[in-house]
Amino acid sequence: MRVLAISGSLRRDSNNTALLRALREEAPAGVEVELWDGLKEIPPYDGDDDLAPGPAKVEAFRSLVREADAVFFATPEYNSSIPGALKNALDWASRPLATNAFRNKPVAVIGSSAGAFGGVWAAAELRKVLAAMGARVTEVEMAVGHAHDKRDESGELSDDEIRDGLREALDTLLAEAAPALAAA
Amino acid sequence: MSTIEQQVTGTFAADPVHSHVGFEVPYAVATFSGEVTDFTASLVDGHLEGSAKIESIKLKDENLQAHVLSPEFFDAERHPVLTFSGDVARDGDRATIEGEITMKGITQPATLEGTIVGPTVDHFGATRVGLKLETVVDRTAFDMKWNMPLPNGEPALGNEVTLKADLTLVAQEA
Repeated sequence: MRVLAISGSLRRDSNNTALLRALREEAPAGVEVELWDGLKEIPPYDGDDDLAPGPAKVEAFRSLVREADAVFFATPEYNSSIPGALKNALDWASRPLATNAFRNKPVAVIGSSAGAFGGVWAAAELRKVLAAMGARVTEVEMAVGHAHDKRDESGELSDDEIRDGLREALDTLLAEAAPALAAA
Repeated sequence: MSTIEQQVTGTFAADPVHSHVGFEVPYAVATFSGEVTDFTASLVDGHLEGSAKIESIKLKDENLQAHVLSPEFFDAERHPVLTFSGDVARDGDRATIEGEITMKGITQPATLEGTIVGPTVDHFGATRVGLKLETVVDRTAFDMKWNMPLPNGEPALGNEVTLKADLTLVAQEA
């Protein structure tokens, strides 16, 4: 089973990307977590460029999503909402809506932030956007506040409770994805 | 004055060309409606069974249709069929059916009410029964909870959905 992991942050030292690296470490045998690093290369959405095929980087992203059995997001929160770059990539991926790559795709969303609330509003908005795109949004909820305090000197996640939460979140996502695989 | 049969015996099947299955739901300031084009229904000694393919819901916009078929509403990928079954109780031209509807994998009791006409022999010699039924269901009981607030704070989409079936049922050869 392949899980595409998408961080909403472009920052080199991102807390959310660190969470997804930890997620990859916690993945059970037989589950490959692929961390997507193409977010910065997605051009700004422009309806004039929204042709078939779309821009090469957009088509590559759409293919990655289609080929994944599930998608796991970790997002920061900018101004109480989804980071622009992430929303932009989803706006591209959502086209055309009726047949978009996220349609019926099992997804999980978690968030983290430097503040106390762990990006709960961004995560809620991201779930709303994914549902509108037709994704199969799981009930996974995990908000990691003061995220920078939960990493060791090398930048990796050092909090065992959060690692447990990541495993649980991944289990929920995999369970949602399993019926589709069984039917395939 | 003709005598109306109180019970309909025998086996009948829906004539899809002369039958209609659809829904209505309050949306913003008006009523939004749609229809299902691929459905079957049978009436066997007063027991009605019906099923409808969710993918055949027809709306006037493909993106809206995609939303209605998505996991946020019907989840047509995993729950492709809506079913109904129940026994027709007839009182003159009134029909009441206490039955069960299954949508999105969830079964709920439902009472369909309406009219019944026939059995009547048509101009081609076939025996037909007409059933015009409707019921109101709470879509949230079937895990369809999507909504958006209007600027005045009220939800855009109503929860009470009227399901309608206008069936022409034709007697089947034994």
